[in-house]
Amino acid sequence: MRIDPNKCVACGNCTYVCPVGAIYIDPDLKRATVDQDECVECYACFNGLSQEHLNPTLVRMVRKTFQALRLRFDPEPDVCPTAAFAPQELVWPRVVRRAFSDPRVPHESTGIEGRGTEEVKTNDISGRVQVGEVGFTIEFGRPGVGVWMHEIQQMCTALTQAGVSFEKKNPITSLMSDVSRGALREDILGEKVLSAIVEIKVPVERTEEIIRLVWEVEERLDTVVALGVGTRCAPDGEDDVVAPILERLGYKLHRAKTNTGLGRITNRNLQPQNEAVAQ
Amino acid sequence: MTNTLHRAGDASSFHDDYIVFAMCSRGKNDEDAVPRLRKFLEMACQFHPVNLGDARHGGAYRPSRSLNPLAHWKRDAKPDFDAVIAGLDTPTAAAAVFDNRAAAEDLLKAVREADLGLSVNISTSVEGAEQCCYAAGLPRHSVGYSLGFEGKTEHLPNSDVLMLSTMCGHSMVSPSLAKKMIDWVKEGRRTPEQAVQYMSRFCSCGVFNPSRACRILEQTRKRTK
Repeated sequence: MRIDPNKCVACGNCTYVCPVGAIYIDPDLKRATVDQDECVECYACFNGLSQEHLNPTLVRMVRKTFQALRLRFDPEPDVCPTAAFAPQELVWPRVVRRAFSDPRVPHESTGIEGRGTEEVKTNDISGRVQVGEVGFTIEFGRPGVGVWMHEIQQMCTALTQAGVSFEKKNPITSLMSDVSRGALREDILGEKVLSAIVEIKVPVERTEEIIRLVWEVEERLDTVVALGVGTRCAPDGEDDVVAPILERLGYKLHRAKTNTGLGRITNRNLQPQNEAVAQ
Repeated sequence: MTNTLHRAGDASSFHDDYIVFAMCSRGKNDEDAVPRLRKFLEMACQFHPVNLGDARHGGAYRPSRSLNPLAHWKRDAKPDFDAVIAGLDTPTAAAAVFDNRAAAEDLLKAVREADLGLSVNISTSVEGAEQCCYAAGLPRHSVGYSLGFEGKTEHLPNSDVLMLSTMCGHSMVSPSLAKKMIDWVKEGRRTPEQAVQYMSRFCSCGVFNPSRACRILEQTRKRTK
């Protein structure tokens, strides 16, 4: 993302809306400027700010007059008065930043927006996590911290050394050059994204081992990690297996997303399989 | 919709936060999914959601590409649910946000009756979701627990800011904006209702909960630290 210096009036509204704080008013230019190294191309500024199309010269003059009189105009804080944002055409590998950071862009590998994962949200039709298994979503960088791809690779490498395999329908997996080693493509390691999710699945007996491994690796990373643990419930809707393990490890289970089991296969070419999945 | 999972706050802080969302799986039930997703949103509207959204086009509060400068003095503040329903044109995740459990339960019951064939999830406290499923006669199929934030948590803002900004799990509501809104409400420069609308417009899939955000801003108004 870049900001057109000919249009910017340095109102400062955009400096607050950048999730990673990559926008600042350059004291020499006296214009809002994007730190290209830190910008994750999430487009929160471009998509989220309402745009006016005021004359920049006029706005600067009014602002200077108000400043000189020590008056404060109290405008709406979610507006770019001169529509100064000018998205750049992104090329590889920088385009990876937007793919993982702008929630409106669907991932090519899964067709899903955001971080591009289905997890247990469609478990009622995908059967991704079965009884006796645990699905982990290991999410990096959220909220508002961001993560470098080389940091994600550290976690992936450690997981492969523990003999864990990755979910195939996942955007991070699709960017691996060697899945058996958890190695990401060399040319994206220097890219920073707002957040990304690594998905794995293990037998329920390995739950504690994997969590302890994640704890060990996250000590070495300069970002935050949000762990999600998904499981298939018993036919009566109860989970007496995974929740006790997590509580024993000290977690307080405040929040969850719950799949209600209403999904079914409806695509015509797959319908004969419908009954098999239901069983 | 992991973006609804990792909301900061303890279980009691989710008493006014229920997100029911529907989605399809590519290659399994995505054929003709658009009318079914629209139907889901239309049904949700009957139970008075506080926000509505689709992951591709945004929520019921949207920024303007061409704002009238008079908006600084008078601005339309109503959520536009019709725009969300009309704009849904591709298989994606459709979400409805409620500030009370009864409405979420009623929607689940209605969706069960309608048999849309979509995967329907509810995101709230563990107990709240269990109660909703029980009331709708739906034993939980699967559950995804949030274990919260770990690692270099020193990079995170304070808990009030975090509760507000994590209501857009895609991080489109920046912590700096949330902090600014807390300060503006404290200063009396904006009401909580106004501050909430600014933040809502940044949430690009419509899962930001304006009701809960309003409550949090009211609570922080008198807090001394």
